[in-house]
Amino acid sequence: MQANTLSGGFTDPATQSAHAFRSVMEAMARPGAIQDIHGAAPPAPLSPAMGAVLLTLCDTQTPVYLAGDMDCQAVRAWLAFHTGAPLVGPAHCMFAVGKWDALAPLAVYPIGTSEYPDRSATLIVECSELAASGATLTGPGIKETATLSLPELDAFQANRTLFPLGLDFIFTCGERLAALPRSTEVTRSSSEAITQVGAS
Amino acid sequence: MTEYNFAYLDEQTKRMIRRAILKGLAIPGYQVPFASREMPMPYGWGTGGVQVSAAVLTPKDMFKVIDQGADDTTNAVSIRTFFQRTAGVATTTATSDATVIQTRHRIPEEPLHEGQILVYQVPIPEPLRFLEPRESETRKMHSLEEYGLMHVKLYEDISRHGHIATSYAYPVKVEGRYVMDPSPIPKFDNPKLGDMAAIQLFGAGREQRIYALPPYTQVVSLDFEDHPFEASKADHPCGMCGATDSYLDELIIDDAGGRMFVCSDTDYCEARQTAGHKGKDAA
Ligand SMILES: [Zn+2]
Repeated sequence: MQANTLSGGFTDPATQSAHAFRSVMEAMARPGAIQDIHGAAPPAPLSPAMGAVLLTLCDTQTPVYLAGDMDCQAVRAWLAFHTGAPLVGPAHCMFAVGKWDALAPLAVYPIGTSEYPDRSATLIVECSELAASGATLTGPGIKETATLSLPELDAFQANRTLFPLGLDFIFTCGERLAALPRSTEVTRSSSEAITQVGAS
Repeated sequence: MTEYNFAYLDEQTKRMIRRAILKGLAIPGYQVPFASREMPMPYGWGTGGVQVSAAVLTPKDMFKVIDQGADDTTNAVSIRTFFQRTAGVATTTATSDATVIQTRHRIPEEPLHEGQILVYQVPIPEPLRFLEPRESETRKMHSLEEYGLMHVKLYEDISRHGHIATSYAYPVKVEGRYVMDPSPIPKFDNPKLGDMAAIQLFGAGREQRIYALPPYTQVVSLDFEDHPFEASKADHPCGMCGATDSYLDELIIDDAGGRMFVCSDTDYCEARQTAGHKGKDAA
């Protein structure tokens, strides 16, 4: 077992996970609002934010799918040591971890059932940038509108049509995160549309 | 106090509750099942709310507990002391200073702000329960948006009493989808549920359900075109602070049956009195 498998967890799990959860909860309650999250130092390619989310939410009760390059020995060993979460394929996961392209196609993840819409996957997306610009968000948790850099629009618009079923998303980048629950409407912001027209 | 887990519950239990809270926020008004734990207090003391508070509190929080608006009942004091001891939180009675407020049966009069969390103690989370005792059936009704019976029940009220007699736990519809029980708050408080800046979390211990309203969520009290919803209260000013906009409790003040109306929100009333407002019964 490598040294960095044992390290990088919370040094004071009870209070650090309490603080980390508040960041995740604020993010999920206020779609598009970017939150700071600290305390984890996981092996690459996991960001500190991704590590903290996994330490806060995952354990032996939460099947996890590692997509693309997240499915490597270093991440497997770290996740197993710190959370004990069983690794599964996308169709049976409660949490999926990966970069956006590696997580596709979204149709394979559980979206809940009409009587238990909560039995759906949460996708934790590792992003190279996370900014309050790009797509326009409206819906519960948002006073008027919010903006968030999303990897694309179509997938989130299609997900919204499934409500109250659907997937929920957490975006991690460095030591920051934002979230997009299934309830959020996503539209192309007008400034972005103009830029696109200008470019074409 | 090292014999306690932080906030009493073990880490695995808090993770389970935290996951339920996130799904509740993602599906506003939908009741998420969770595996409720025994708490060192009786069920009537809001063990659902206590478990939700345990899952969200950090040592940096400023914690307030109200029981029907009052900070000083046995119930409120013991929950406040419990988290002071087990989570190391600071406590307050001032609504505006609190970051987490656990409540039984009231929403504070003072509008809440962003960064605050309101945790409700819920005895019966299922708004359809009195129409249909079977959980399998109510779950199906929610999934099919079969809420006609609920309207029939409210309309029976109108034909019997001339108005909707339900005055507590008045049902609401969230974002045009789920019908939700707001816990036994007076219907006077219902208009505060929608578009609130704070996060609202609901915990039912015995019934093992958690549900949530994110900030700025659309919440509509069920009503009829010819009988619109009314957020009624006793038609008096507060005897102590003179407020005309607050929810009032009726108190018997002497052996001769003398009565007085006073704000149920004690922090609101005291702050107004401190600011110099005086009602007709104030000394
Ligand atoms: Zn008063």
